Amino acid sequence: MAMEEKNKIGVYICHCGSNISDYVDVEKVREEVAKIKHVSISKTTMFACADATQNEIVQDIQENDLDAIVVASCSPKLHLDTFKNVAERAGLNPYNYVQINIREQCSWAHSDKPVQATEKAIQLVKSGIARVGYSEALIKTKISAENVVVVIGAGVSGMRSAIELADLGSYVYLIEREYFVGGRVSQWGELFTTNETGKEIISRLYHKLMEYKNITLFTGAEIISSTGTVGNFDIQVKIRPRYIKPGCKVDPEKLQKVIDACPVEIPDVFNFNLTTCKAIYKNFESEFPEIPAIDPDHCTRCGECEKLCDDIDLGQQDEFVNIKAGAILINTGYDPYEPKTGEFGYKEIENVITLPQLKRLIELSGEELIYKNKKIQNIGYIYCVGSRQKDGENKYCSRYCCTSTIYTSIVIKNKYKNIHNYHFDKSIRTYGKLELLYREASENGDVFLQFWDEDPPVVSRNGNGTVVSIKDMLTNGKELEVDCDLVVLVTGMVPRQDNKIADILKAPIGRDKFFNEIHPKLRPVETVIDGVLISGACQGPKNISESLKSSLSAASKANSLVKKGEIELKPTIAFIDKNACVWCDECMKACPFDAIIKVQSNGKDVAEIVEAKCKGGGMCLPVCPENAINLKGYTDNEMEAMITALAD
Amino acid sequence: MANRTPKILVFSTEKISDPAIDLAGLLKLHYPPIVYTVEVPCSSAVKSKWILHAFDQGFDGVFIAADGTDCSYDESCTEKTAQIISQTHELMKEKGIPPEKLKMAAICSVCAESFVKQMNGFADQLSEQ
Repeated sequence: MAMEEKNKIGVYICHCGSNISDYVDVEKVREEVAKIKHVSISKTTMFACADATQNEIVQDIQENDLDAIVVASCSPKLHLDTFKNVAERAGLNPYNYVQINIREQCSWAHSDKPVQATEKAIQLVKSGIARVGYSEALIKTKISAENVVVVIGAGVSGMRSAIELADLGSYVYLIEREYFVGGRVSQWGELFTTNETGKEIISRLYHKLMEYKNITLFTGAEIISSTGTVGNFDIQVKIRPRYIKPGCKVDPEKLQKVIDACPVEIPDVFNFNLTTCKAIYKNFESEFPEIPAIDPDHCTRCGECEKLCDDIDLGQQDEFVNIKAGAILINTGYDPYEPKTGEFGYKEIENVITLPQLKRLIELSGEELIYKNKKIQNIGYIYCVGSRQKDGENKYCSRYCCTSTIYTSIVIKNKYKNIHNYHFDKSIRTYGKLELLYREASENGDVFLQFWDEDPPVVSRNGNGTVVSIKDMLTNGKELEVDCDLVVLVTGMVPRQDNKIADILKAPIGRDKFFNEIHPKLRPVETVIDGVLISGACQGPKNISESLKSSLSAASKANSLVKKGEIELKPTIAFIDKNACVWCDECMKACPFDAIIKVQSNGKDVAEIVEAKCKGGGMCLPVCPENAINLKGYTDNEMEAMITALAD
Repeated sequence: MANRTPKILVFSTEKISDPAIDLAGLLKLHYPPIVYTVEVPCSSAVKSKWILHAFDQGFDGVFIAADGTDCSYDESCTEKTAQIISQTHELMKEKGIPPEKLKMAAICSVCAESFVKQMNGFADQLSEQ
């Protein structure tokens, strides 16, 4: 296509009320562009986006048989789709339309220089005309889509997404890596604002989940591969054996005997290693699914348990299931930050623990709060451990921890007698209604001391006790020492340490190492991989309520993608000039989405674009030594014609 | 023309730097009107050929408003865009175009002030040459 193909171009220049015309002489712009040979209609308009103008453009296109249109108005971010629809209504391909931004990038930016702004607007509109001259009518490819969604992670957020999706009519496979559902929330006791426990919330969700015929739950299961694209992902799931027969009716007394008989004793990660557990386990009695599990990584197959119980079957093998799904929703949550040895005395001073450990300690304690056989009276909380790091990698605030710590300190005050709470913080962030907790804690007599980034508190041994020293910002740097029987490091959220799923799905990771959305405000639950959505804390620190909001949003987004049974793909993708291509594999290496493959064409190896996988990012374009790759909508012809017109 | 105002071509990206340039306009932060923006999906998609074409056609400076680490396509974006710059610098040398006429900086989606600062600085730099 060396020749300009369009010869009946319509050009519309918008006043935008006076937003543009106050600084840009729109009539002068019109006069200038009207001189261009292929422009057959040129008009100024008060509001291009107004219904009447839209109808007028439709009429112009139809009556004059226009083959392309240019609208010079506001940012394409606002009205690109509006005018694409106008073109479509008039029977013109929407890709034969170009929008030129003469408001944000011209009249407003240069409101101080109206003459130059007008000159710039003329050049900009000319460049749009040059570009649209080479525009190709592009057709969106339609592919069929399975109304099936795979939800990864059966924590609070994943379970809620699954229920929502099932309600909306999608078939859901809910895949949980652990043997029990509930994720982090099942580890927590009472929660603000409803005072329900984590266990109660999980139990409620599980019972609801079980009512749906269109939800299949796999526990002890992991995705091991995923191929295909939006609408048609082929997912392979590995289900590890539980070593318990599915029909097992749990008798708690008998289960305890079996657990007692198990000779394997390992640190209990559910309790953050405060206690130990056996290879056969159930974290708490009301945990779901009801039947216990035997951890295959630690079980020695000694057979002691089999001697006591017929429902145990150590012969069970891994199972593999293939699922065809239209969309995937990642809901894999977070890990608590694990402080380094020696960080505020962690793992060096015996009464330094983390906030998650404290919460489990409360759950495990009776009427008194006891740690390592010592009754606790003074607790010091050191905030922002692993978050808002001045020198470390975690620059972000973990959002939930101020609230969670203060709530925990209130629970402690209410539950145990004569406990004093000392908070060593970097400024408290109990935003919104959570602020009420801060007030309550202050009224309870909790002491809040604030430290500077440069001067964090120091935890040291003092005889048999532990002392936290701080230069307190609130008392103008006064050096204070507090004796504490328990020092709690308020640890933030970090991405899951085992995050293989990111590689398997090629889902993008942001600079904070959490999953990354396309746009934090406008497309907050989608990733650049079409059909792969993210929600909950796998995307970044969130409290439970924020996690659920994002999981509901992602569920409806996933459902709306697949429910129609077919999906339209963006046509602005790369294409290869197979004559010019000599297959050097540079493009294949540059593509982050495996969208380029080697094929045979006319007796030689050449590159080919897998259309459903290409995201149109264009990373393959500059690396081709033969310049054999172009991107539809951004071809050399279009780009160079624009540049030429702008340079003029 | 000895005192001709330099012309700058900016490659901005649809999702990241273009919104910042829009924001600069919205805030009426002024920068020289000889700055012309062409939008691409990602800064690692800019061909050396397009940059050289801009110089051929009379642009005095080319600026890539890069996605940086905010790129929604891939984290290799920064590295790949830098590669385009160094590759193009080589080609510019062959043609006798000073390498400082091609610049790149990451412009995040709200980095309006930083964009304006870059443009003012670049225009001053080109005027002095």
